Amino acid sequence: MDVVNQLQRQFIDYSASLHREGFLDDQFTQLQKLQDDNSPDFVVEVASLFFEDCEKLINNMARALEQQQGVDFKQVDASVHQLKGSSSSIGAMRVKDVCIAFRSFCEAQNREGCLRCLQQVTHEYSLLKNKLQTLFRLQQQILAAGGSIPVVE
Amino acid sequence: MVLAESGFSSPRNDAFPAGLRVLVVDDDPTWLKILEKMLKKCSYEVTTCCLAREALNLLRERKDGYDIVISDVNMPDMDGFKLLEHVGLEMDLPVIMMSVDGETSRVMKGVQHGACDYLLKPIRMKELRNIWQHVFRKKIHEVRDIESLEGFESIQMTRSGYDLFDDGHFLSGDDTTSGRKRKDADNKHDDRELSDPSSTKKARVVWTVDLHQKFVKAVNQIGFDIGPKKILDLMNVPWLTRENVASHLQKYRLYLSRLQKESDIKNSFIGMKHSDLPSKDSTASFGPHKAMNMIPDDVPNGTYSFSASNSLAQNVDLKGQGDLKGITSAPVAEPKGALSIDIHDSHEANSTQMSFDHSLGSVDSAVSFASFNSTTPLQYPWTEIPEIQFKQECEPLHLENGFSQLPLPGPSMIENEANRSRIEVKPLLDESRSNFVEHLGPVGAEDLFPIQSKSQSLNNQVFDLISATKSSMKTQDVGLNYLADSEFALRNLNASGVGVPLATLSEDLQICWLQGDCYPMNYGLQDLECSTYDNPALMAETPFHLYDVLRFDHEHLFDPTEYYAIDQGLFA
Repeated sequence: MDVVNQLQRQFIDYSASLHREGFLDDQFTQLQKLQDDNSPDFVVEVASLFFEDCEKLINNMARALEQQQGVDFKQVDASVHQLKGSSSSIGAMRVKDVCIAFRSFCEAQNREGCLRCLQQVTHEYSLLKNKLQTLFRLQQQILAAGGSIPVVE
Repeated sequence: MVLAESGFSSPRNDAFPAGLRVLVVDDDPTWLKILEKMLKKCSYEVTTCCLAREALNLLRERKDGYDIVISDVNMPDMDGFKLLEHVGLEMDLPVIMMSVDGETSRVMKGVQHGACDYLLKPIRMKELRNIWQHVFRKKIHEVRDIESLEGFESIQMTRSGYDLFDDGHFLSGDDTTSGRKRKDADNKHDDRELSDPSSTKKARVVWTVDLHQKFVKAVNQIGFDIGPKKILDLMNVPWLTRENVASHLQKYRLYLSRLQKESDIKNSFIGMKHSDLPSKDSTASFGPHKAMNMIPDDVPNGTYSFSASNSLAQNVDLKGQGDLKGITSAPVAEPKGALSIDIHDSHEANSTQMSFDHSLGSVDSAVSFASFNSTTPLQYPWTEIPEIQFKQECEPLHLENGFSQLPLPGPSMIENEANRSRIEVKPLLDESRSNFVEHLGPVGAEDLFPIQSKSQSLNNQVFDLISATKSSMKTQDVGLNYLADSEFALRNLNASGVGVPLATLSEDLQICWLQGDCYPMNYGLQDLECSTYDNPALMAETPFHLYDVLRFDHEHLFDPTEYYAIDQGLFA
């Protein structure tokens, strides 16, 4: 029991820090609330979909920005817009914020700015992915130890 | 994607809104999953879809299979707004739009296109819980409609009318069979409910191509402003209710206005062309309002675009248009001609007044009627009053009120005028027309309808338009726009609802409507397409883009080569 409590406390603290540092926002909490017995792995599944989508979109952007003959900023912008929507789905706040800046650069057709944003977005995405994986591992450990996942408001 | 059995024939029960059948359309897989979960938590029946086309297929396959549609605005295969329009027009379902972009202009666009609501992502549970209100609201409006029916007779007729729907709607025999089966099931179910006026469920009217055609025809005849009751009467479809027409009308308006806006954007260069027109003002007015060009901004849609903006501020100043010359009627070698109508619209306000200060008599207009998808050959020159071979009867136009500025001449008058008009032929036209043609390249030629002179009742505006066109039409660079019936309808949209049958347009009259800056509302050109209804050939050809549902191959709607061929014919 003590182990469970410990793990749960760890989980709560870690969750709180993610929120505090802006990696996740309230939307993530909503997702956790949606999880129930019918879909016990709901949050993990959603996160996986998000990661997949993210990677695909980032690749699209990278490819579009690499074009030496002239960047199709509309295409880049479309991908960024999609990423923005996607990130809002799990509450990836920092990723979303980069997207906002990214879109301005697209509009201004500023390749340098776009490349910088692309770098940032990739960075934020990797960070988030790592952190979520840590969080999910904690969850697994709690469940394995017989405990339940605490809901962090 | 998960397809949940939506049990289209299962009535919503007392547990409403539980079991609400929701169709979610979103290209974002993450959101699709989340929304599905959220909606399920609301006890709704959820069907998800990641492509707009697929969503439309699902909706069409199962009439009455869904209660509400939630769709994202940005989707790769189809603009969410287009989907919204289709759903509204074909299925009359409430549609909620979603987006991560909450910009007011976007939201406004959504509302304009008929969205019941516009949700911002991230979407909250409570927002989804409330969506049933939109469904319910629609239902009670429909119920009121049923209850106001004269009796159960009409309800009974409705039942048989549904079978008609199937006939008109399904393409293949198989579909018909299965469709009939479904319809029977629905009918049985519906009958039960229909016979009980207090029932909150009403069988949904399916707006098949035929029905819609009747609708547009009626609208073109009398205009939007007359009101759904008149339209209903004209349509002469016994089982249809006024409310059905009213709601369909609303959607149609929205649809047309969207087309108009798009047309405005796309026709900008046409406006530039107009600057060549000696008729000064028309130039200026062309600027913001473009000719009614048929532009398929959405290939599958085959939408017509025409400058029928809702902003009644179209100012085609046709004053002094007297010097507009050049009524040109181009012969159409091909069976399909381009009917372009360049109508200068000198609306001033919401009224259907066209401020022409010219008189018909002195106007030279370059108006040539060509007919797309019709067998009407266009003839040169205008003075000959080329024949428009419409097979329909041609009623004399009668000028109705509102048409104060221009005396509406009788058929003879127009002819006279035509005779008097200087025929500005090819030289001028060619240039503009070819430009126009280019411009219209991607336009769905099929969408252009021949203007049929017969029994069309044009709004005065329309008539004004014609006159204005004649007077202001110096050139042709008005895009010879072919007004599809929807354009005609749009013309009527803001019309004061006065029908002005073009008595002057005899069957022999071929008018080329050069579309300029015309406010569609005022064009009673819709009449022109009436003939298409009677002409099976025309109808077959008529692409109701709205009903491209019937032809899943949207590319079919427009054949650019055809258009250019027409151009050849016109300007040869």
